Amino acid sequence: MMADKVETDESDKKAEIERSKSEGKELTKEEKQRLRKEKKQQKKNKEKKDDATKPDGSSVPPSQKAPSSVPAAGADATATSDKAVKSKVELKAERRPRHDSDRSSKQGKKRESSQQQAASAAKPKVPPSELQPVVKRLPEHVQVDDPDVVKKLAKKLERQQTPAHAEKIPLRSDYGYKVSLFSHLHQYSRKAPLTQQVGIPSSVIHPAIVRLGLQYSQGIVAGSNARSVALLHAFKQVIRDYTTPPNEELARDLVNRLKPYISFLNQCRPLSASMGNAIKYIKKEISNIPNHCKEDEAKSKLLNCIDCYIDEKIVLAAKAVAEIAIGKISDGDVILVYGCSSLVNHILYEAFNMGRKFRVIVVDSRPRLEGREALRRLVQHGISCTYILISVVSYILPEVSKVLVGAHALLANGYMMSRVGTSQIALVAKAFNVPVLVCCETYKFCERVQTDSFVSNELDDPDNLIVTRKGKTQLAHWQEVRSLGLLNLVYDVTPPDFVDAVITELGMIPCTSVPVVLRVKSVDQ
Amino acid sequence: MELQAVMMAAGGGSRMTDLTYNTPKAMLPVGNRPLIWYPLNLLERVGFEEVIVITTKEVQKMMSTDLKLKMDVKMKLDFVCIPEDEDMGTADALRHIQPKIKTDILVLSCDVITDVALHEVVDLFRAHDATLAMLMSKAHEFTETVPGQKGKKKAAEQRDFVGVDQSGKRVLFMANEVDLEDGLSIRKSILNKHPRMLIKTGLVDAHLYCMKKAVVDFLTDNKSISSVRGELVPYLVRKQFSKARSSPKPKDDTDEQSQTKSDNSPNNELLISSRDDRLLQLAQERSCWNDHHGDMSEAYHGGKLRCYVHIMDQGLCYRVNTIAAYIEANRLVPKLLFEEPAVHPSAVISERCQMGSDSMIGALCHIADKTSIKRSTIGSSTTVKEKVRVTNSIIMHGVTVEEGCNIQGSVICSNAVIGRGSDLKYCLVGCGQRIEDAAERTNEVIVGTDQLMEI
Repeated sequence: MMADKVETDESDKKAEIERSKSEGKELTKEEKQRLRKEKKQQKKNKEKKDDATKPDGSSVPPSQKAPSSVPAAGADATATSDKAVKSKVELKAERRPRHDSDRSSKQGKKRESSQQQAASAAKPKVPPSELQPVVKRLPEHVQVDDPDVVKKLAKKLERQQTPAHAEKIPLRSDYGYKVSLFSHLHQYSRKAPLTQQVGIPSSVIHPAIVRLGLQYSQGIVAGSNARSVALLHAFKQVIRDYTTPPNEELARDLVNRLKPYISFLNQCRPLSASMGNAIKYIKKEISNIPNHCKEDEAKSKLLNCIDCYIDEKIVLAAKAVAEIAIGKISDGDVILVYGCSSLVNHILYEAFNMGRKFRVIVVDSRPRLEGREALRRLVQHGISCTYILISVVSYILPEVSKVLVGAHALLANGYMMSRVGTSQIALVAKAFNVPVLVCCETYKFCERVQTDSFVSNELDDPDNLIVTRKGKTQLAHWQEVRSLGLLNLVYDVTPPDFVDAVITELGMIPCTSVPVVLRVKSVDQ
Repeated sequence: MELQAVMMAAGGGSRMTDLTYNTPKAMLPVGNRPLIWYPLNLLERVGFEEVIVITTKEVQKMMSTDLKLKMDVKMKLDFVCIPEDEDMGTADALRHIQPKIKTDILVLSCDVITDVALHEVVDLFRAHDATLAMLMSKAHEFTETVPGQKGKKKAAEQRDFVGVDQSGKRVLFMANEVDLEDGLSIRKSILNKHPRMLIKTGLVDAHLYCMKKAVVDFLTDNKSISSVRGELVPYLVRKQFSKARSSPKPKDDTDEQSQTKSDNSPNNELLISSRDDRLLQLAQERSCWNDHHGDMSEAYHGGKLRCYVHIMDQGLCYRVNTIAAYIEANRLVPKLLFEEPAVHPSAVISERCQMGSDSMIGALCHIADKTSIKRSTIGSSTTVKEKVRVTNSIIMHGVTVEEGCNIQGSVICSNAVIGRGSDLKYCLVGCGQRIEDAAERTNEVIVGTDQLMEI
């Protein structure tokens, strides 16, 4: 009774705050603090209630949820850094019970996860008319350990059928034991490709897309630029073979046709930020096709758009980046590169062709050993190289004059996402006062925000870590050892303090100017 | 569409004429189903909806009347009949259906029984943009005694030498023992590119090929190639390493054309249609992947023609082209057909019959009392009278076995009649033959005189 009265008081206050918010006034500091305290109180009450009753967490009336999410919305509306902090807080709240609970007690986990699901489901349950939808949901691909989300994904894949066929896109199942810190991510095995579940003369999914997905999952097409170019090439084939069904518009139908393909590719290998941007661009171009346009005209227009995109954003951007970077490379330089980045390689070729005298140190790491390929290409071009493994990078750094790395994506808060090991090198270089230059085209800038490498990453096949020497494979039966987990991370996140400059086709900008570029780009478009 | 399936069912079964002189090879019963049912079932399970079947008129007629095929096979069968008297090789047949081919093809032979995961072969074809992907399997020794073989086994059949690279996926070398009179010679350039080569001889070629459409177009220009396995596949394997003398540009120089006329044919495969070759090239350049390491060349050594093989080490793969293979297949196939009961529901079997669990009885059979049937397959509409012992044998359709017979390790073809009290050991009785009463035959092939005339 008392609790209800308190809640009605609170709901009055919430309505007031909501009103002031909708009028455009900013919440004062005291109000914000009060809201936060009330939210904590609410959570405690809710937990007590859930403990008392059976897992009715999801059936709590939405009116109770609305007040708890308004303060959340209020806190978010103010600053983007708050958003990052808030999502981190949410995730920490999710992670703590996971660490505490025993692996064997499934029941405890289920109850807690349903509670968190209730807390995080609070936001999507609120009808959007009530408050501005500034609140972000956790994307599905980082909630793999939640069975409800997995079920939702399976249903979504079922619904994404091409209209002519009743087959659905198959769901790829995870493989092996996942380290608990990363149990919210997918981990697939290379030996179980998705094509096992797709019929052979694949009629549901365009053959070019099946081929591409297979090449992604086997690593034949690897590297951010290569993946985007291959994706656009496959889309060109899809568009060429596409015919508008009767009573449908090309603009809407083609976009719907692309959706299951994109889910398929996502299952083969999680999409990269550059691919995401390319897909957004294509979808926008398709939906901008006017109705009166004939099919052939529309198709040739789209093919042209794709060619232009590749030429501008990838080929020309590489040239521009190379020009700017060459200005920074002087004779007698010792340049350290990590892994095989197509852009960095291009820069080094151009610098060498222009007559600069420098030498390169290629750093490599297991299990991918991409540095071997970079070494081969550079030596073939005529550049003198040294090859080391990442474990000795601190011994070689006194010789190095600058570090050039490529990026997989640049995040909106200035952090850089790149191949795992890059942040190590940036850290050590910082300790030795060696400048770190990141080379990245602007189409890899993404609006996501991340401060650590745990939240969103990619787990590669753990069996790739197993090595056979002299006929003996020590880790051959790693799955049978209960306390052993193999972790094969692909990406890591480097903070902007370790990066001295980002070389893009717009010039050399500091890491923190990334949101400016994003804003300017969105205004342009 | 991605792949079109082509089934070659016109073969004559030249290595088992005793069985096939009356029944075409495609319709020989294995486990009480026609042989062609097995590859068709494989295609259907994987998801094909249409198959082009190249066959003779006779086989087409038999297939359209066969109950099992009509009921079980739900795919659309597109029959292409080739005249029987012409000696058409498999490549000639492909050339014949070239107008129907619109995409890459999957060529199958009607005599392959396998439970391979077909996506393994097709994935090699897709992922590496291969010109040819094939299936091979480790050969098993046939342990059953073959009826009619006098003395010890004939010298081993001509072996096939297959050279694969270190990963076991890429075919580097393929030749038959017949062609290697002086010895096996390998070009140094191949060894430079692939320093580790494994040469295998104990492999069975399943005659399952995934080929690019450009290969079929190439066949139309080169009428000299008549057999897929014998000529086309070794040619493609060799062509992987031939030097590209003329760059794959469209013919623009007229005087160059006359010089390089002989090179035009390989160019047809090299000019694998890619309107976006530029983009593919760009993607490959930017990708940090290489299929080999240790030397300075790019992925695939810059070669555009690639042949891949998937070698099965587990699972079944039989090519039923000899009598020994036929018997072995009959023995092992009941394990494949787990969904069908061993005894057809319409068969009439008396209670005092002893039937082993690994025997199969077809439809509408009559098995009388006091019979013992072990490790055998009995076809449909067969009558087995009392006191008959059938062990390790294959009895086809419409056979009548009179009382008191003892049949061991034999193959009795359709519509034969075995007289009372006969004792047949390791014999092969041809179609429609009649064995007299109280005959005792061991290790003989009993066929009609009209068959003996055909040589």
